[in-house]
This record gives sequence, structure tokens and C-alpha cells, in this order.
Amino acid sequence: MRQYPIPRLVTKLLLPLILLFALYVQFHGDYGPGGGFQAGVIFGAGFILYALIYGLDEARRILPPWLLRIGVSLGVLIYAGVGVTGLLLGGNYLDYGVLDSHDPVHGQHLGILLVELGVGITVSAVMVTIFYAFAGRGR
Amino acid sequence: MIDHLPALQVVIPLIAAPLSALFRPGRAVWLLAMTACGLSLLIAILLLNQVLTQHVISYPMGSWPAPWGIEYRIDAANAFMLLIVSGIGTIVMAFARPIVEQRIRLPEYKQPWFYTAYLLCLTGLLGIVITGDAFNVFVFLEISSLSSYALISLGRDRRALTASYQYLIMGTIGATFILIGIGLLYVMTGTLNMMDLAERIPAVADTRTIRAAFAFLTIGVSLKLALFPLHLWLPNAYAYAPSAVTAFLAATATKVAVYVLLRFFFTIFGVNFSFETMRLDLVLLPLALVGIFSASVVAIFQNNVKRMLAYSSVAQIGYMILGISLVSVTGVTAAISHLFNHALMKGALFMALGCISFRIGTVQLDRIAGVGRAMPWTMGAFVVGGLSLIGVPLTAGFVSKWYLIVGALEKSWWPVAVLVLVTSLLAVIYIWRVVEAAYFKPAPEGRVVHEAPLALLIPTWTLVLANLYFGLDTSLNAGVARTAAEMLLSVGH
Repeated sequence: MRQYPIPRLVTKLLLPLILLFALYVQFHGDYGPGGGFQAGVIFGAGFILYALIYGLDEARRILPPWLLRIGVSLGVLIYAGVGVTGLLLGGNYLDYGVLDSHDPVHGQHLGILLVELGVGITVSAVMVTIFYAFAGRGR
Repeated sequence: MIDHLPALQVVIPLIAAPLSALFRPGRAVWLLAMTACGLSLLIAILLLNQVLTQHVISYPMGSWPAPWGIEYRIDAANAFMLLIVSGIGTIVMAFARPIVEQRIRLPEYKQPWFYTAYLLCLTGLLGIVITGDAFNVFVFLEISSLSSYALISLGRDRRALTASYQYLIMGTIGATFILIGIGLLYVMTGTLNMMDLAERIPAVADTRTIRAAFAFLTIGVSLKLALFPLHLWLPNAYAYAPSAVTAFLAATATKVAVYVLLRFFFTIFGVNFSFETMRLDLVLLPLALVGIFSASVVAIFQNNVKRMLAYSSVAQIGYMILGISLVSVTGVTAAISHLFNHALMKGALFMALGCISFRIGTVQLDRIAGVGRAMPWTMGAFVVGGLSLIGVPLTAGFVSKWYLIVGALEKSWWPVAVLVLVTSLLAVIYIWRVVEAAYFKPAPEGRVVHEAPLALLIPTWTLVLANLYFGLDTSLNAGVARTAAEMLLSVGH
């Protein structure tokens, strides 16, 4: 793709918007359509677009496999960790109400935000990992 | 913390899975996985004790009360299943480390992923069993299935990849059918909680939608439990998977599917609807009988011992379904008891095969000649496991066959009882072929084979001794099974 300036330029222009939109879908998911899964896919798709246009090596330099490996695990750990925090604070597993000692509704907000963040991290990391695995075949 | 045991049962392996992905290859990651398995076994034992005194434990996830939120609901039937799954999971994990280091097709730096997939599979299986929510069953089914496809594909033989892909296609069709069935139930009742479903279905039972849901669930679950003639994915998947994976899946995955069948037909649809309105027994009985007979005959002609035992598994699943289709307390006791006993014997047999393939690299019948002399402990384990599979008295296998025959005689189904005895003789033939090759044929010239390492022998013999122990003390595998059967059969009335 080195010799095609238009896709390269358009990618450069679009990429920040795609990632920003992913973050919007992520954090506005509590109030509107969206959430961790959709946001993770959009975020992952942004990186896949970058890898398609600028090459796998360049993408690997920015988002190295060891980081993805941590991301894949980290998201699940955040999700499960929020549940365990609920346990430790005296509620049931995944009881977000106890996360805020003053206002249970606030606790519910915090809980779902963190859980969706975990989903987002794992989904985007898995998306890019799968792409790397396929794109790296036969190298 | 004791109140939260139902959640921890699933959460501990769930957290251990991503953690083990972060480890370097070596002993530490195995210790972590082993600890997680051991803890879930401990929890399963505590839960079973609790259930036997107070009957039902209900745990609302996230404190959302039952018909709205996801409820974990434990009674005698699923507490018993939790014990089987976590017990086998722990013993096979103890067995797995040498296999992972030397006998799977993964570069060394990726070995921790094996433990991740294994623990996720365990999480899924435990989740299917423990949950009281129909949709949650599907979610956990997907977790366990996807990780088991990955586990199967790790076999050394490249055919493991196609076997895994074949299972993926069949398993996905099965899971989709289950999802459609659950969706139709939800459309008609507006609920996903199993107890709530059981209350609401009778009012709408006489509709085409509910009958369609019933049909979809029957086919979907039958695919997952490899009921004849939907068993075609099973022999290859078991034959080419790494031996630790085969032992784990053979002893747990199909059993959990049988449990799902029991749960949907006895608890949710109710005995009256499933067996008197829909006459499911008329479908299951012939399929079970044909499955037992044909799979046993096919097993005799296999030259790969793992494949032979895989076909034998199809036959054994037939025995469980036969027990269910008797629709009596004795019959269902036989089925549930056989879930436990078959897990013990197939676990022991596949682990013994794992010891053999660890040393000589294959389990082809003509290549294991003379192994009996070189690996006396391994073959000893195989022989005892084989006796249990045949159903010789004083082994666990005898207990379930006994109940099955008594159940058939209670209904005066003489031909069924005779068929159970005849197919046990078929099991004698295929087990004998292995014994003959291993003990009575001379080893090839110049081959030096040593006994399997203790790390493999100790878990194998643990299961072998369990086969003998539960053949004598039947308070668990027949007593608790009977409690579970009585509980399942009384729900619908």
C-alpha cells in the first residue's frame, strides 16, 4: 500500500475518529445503544484498518503481541474482579449496589461501567489477536 | 463466605483461566491451575453436603431476585454433577503436566494457553450444571464448547484439526438448536428461570410453539451428548485429541449434556409432558438400544484403541439414555449413577492410554504388543478400568448395570435386560483384544519401553482405585443418584 497515497491519508484522517467513536460507544453505552462488545469491535477494527494499510509489522510495533496477551486476560480479570469486589464488600457476586457505600444507584453505575470496560478491553484485544494470527500465517 | 460457595464454584476457575494466560511456561502455571481445580472440587464437596441436608440452595447473582435475575440453583442432581465434573477436572489436571510439556502441538511459550482453555472448559461445564437459568445454560455451553474445540485441536496428529472442526460444526448446530428451543420457550412464557418456566409451561403446553421448542431442544442436546445417530463427531474428536483432553472430555462433557437433557425434560417440561404427551421415551428407547448395540460392535473392529474406547463411549451414553427412557426411579437412578461410574472408568481407561502413548507414541493395537510386560502398572490400570467398563461385580461399572437391569425387569422388558447383558459381552471382546495384544504378543525386537512416570501413574491409579472403592461402597454413586432421581421424577407431578 506504500504507493497509494489516498488510502494512507484517509486512514490517517479516519483513525482517530474511529478510536474516538469506539470510546464514545464504550462510555455512553450505559445511556444509549452500545457497550463494551460493540466498542471493542470498533476499536479493534480501527487497528485492523491500520494494519491493512500500513502493514503488519508497523501495527505490531504499535500494538505488540505481548500487550494484546495482557489485554485479553486483563478484561476478563476486571469483569470477574468487580464481581469479587462485590463479594468482599458484603454483597452477592456481581452485586454492584454495594460498590458505593452511600448510594446503591451510583454503585450500579460504577459497576456496569467497569464491567463494560473489561468487556471492551478483552474484545478489542481478541479481535486484533485473531487478525494477527491470520495475517501472520505463512511468514 | 460459605453463602457464596455457589458463585465461587464457577468464579474460581473463571479467574484462574485468564491469570494462567499471563504466566510463563513451567511448573507455576500448572500449580495455579491445579489449585483452582482443587478448590472447585472442595467447594463441590461442601455444596453436596449442604444439599443433602437442606435440599435446595438458591443463589441470586448480583442480588437480583430469582425470576428476574440469574439464579444459581443447586439440588441433589446438579450437586452430584458438580462433584463429577470438578473431581475429574482435578484428577486429569494432576495428570496433564507431562502431557502438556511433551505431547501437545503447541510451541513452548504458548503452553500456558492450554491451562487457560482447560480452566475455561471447566468453568463452562460447572456453569451449565449449577445454573438455574435456561439462557445461562446456553452461555456456559458455548464457553465450554469453544474451549473444548481448541483443546481437541492440540493433538499431535494433524487429523486433530479436522476432528476439531467437525466437532465445531456439529456442536454449533447443536448449540443453535438449543438456543432456538430456549428462545421459543421465552416467547411463550416470558421467562428464562427454570423453576418459573416449569410453572408457566403447562398453561401453554398444548401449542405448536412449545412442541417445536421441545423438538429443537431434544435434537440440540442429543447432538451435544452424541446420542446415536448424532454421534459422528465423537470418535474422531476423542481419538485425535491429546490424551489428557480426551480423558477430561470423555468423562465430563457428554455427561453434562445428559444432565441438561434430564434438567429440561424432567424439571422444566415435566415428566407428564415429556413422556406422556410427547412420548419421548418412544424415540429415546430404540435409539438407545440401536446405539448400544451398533457402537459396541463397531468398537470391536477398531485398531486404534482410543477410537475403540470412543465408540464404547457412544454405547455407554446409550445405557444412560436407556435408563432415562425407562421413566422410573430405578431407571433414572441407573442413568445418573452411570454418569458417575462411566466418568470413573473412561477417565481411568483414557488416562492409562495416555500413559502408553506417552511412552511409545501411539495406541495402535499392533504397536502396543508386549506393553503389558514393560508397563505393568499402566496395563494393570487398563485391565481394572476395562473390568469396570464390562460391569464385573466389585467394580463401579457393575452398580449402574445392576440398576439398569433391575429397572428393565421392573417393567418386564426382558429383551432389554438381555440386550444389556449381551452388549456387556461385546465389551469383553474389545477389552480382550487390547489385553491380548499387550500381554500375549511379543514386543517388537529392540524396543526398550519403560514404565510411565509417577506423575502420570498416580492420577491414573487414583481413578482406578475409585472404580474399586465405589464398586463396594455405593452410598454415593447409587444412594445420592437415587435421591436425585426421586427429586427429578417428583417435580412434574
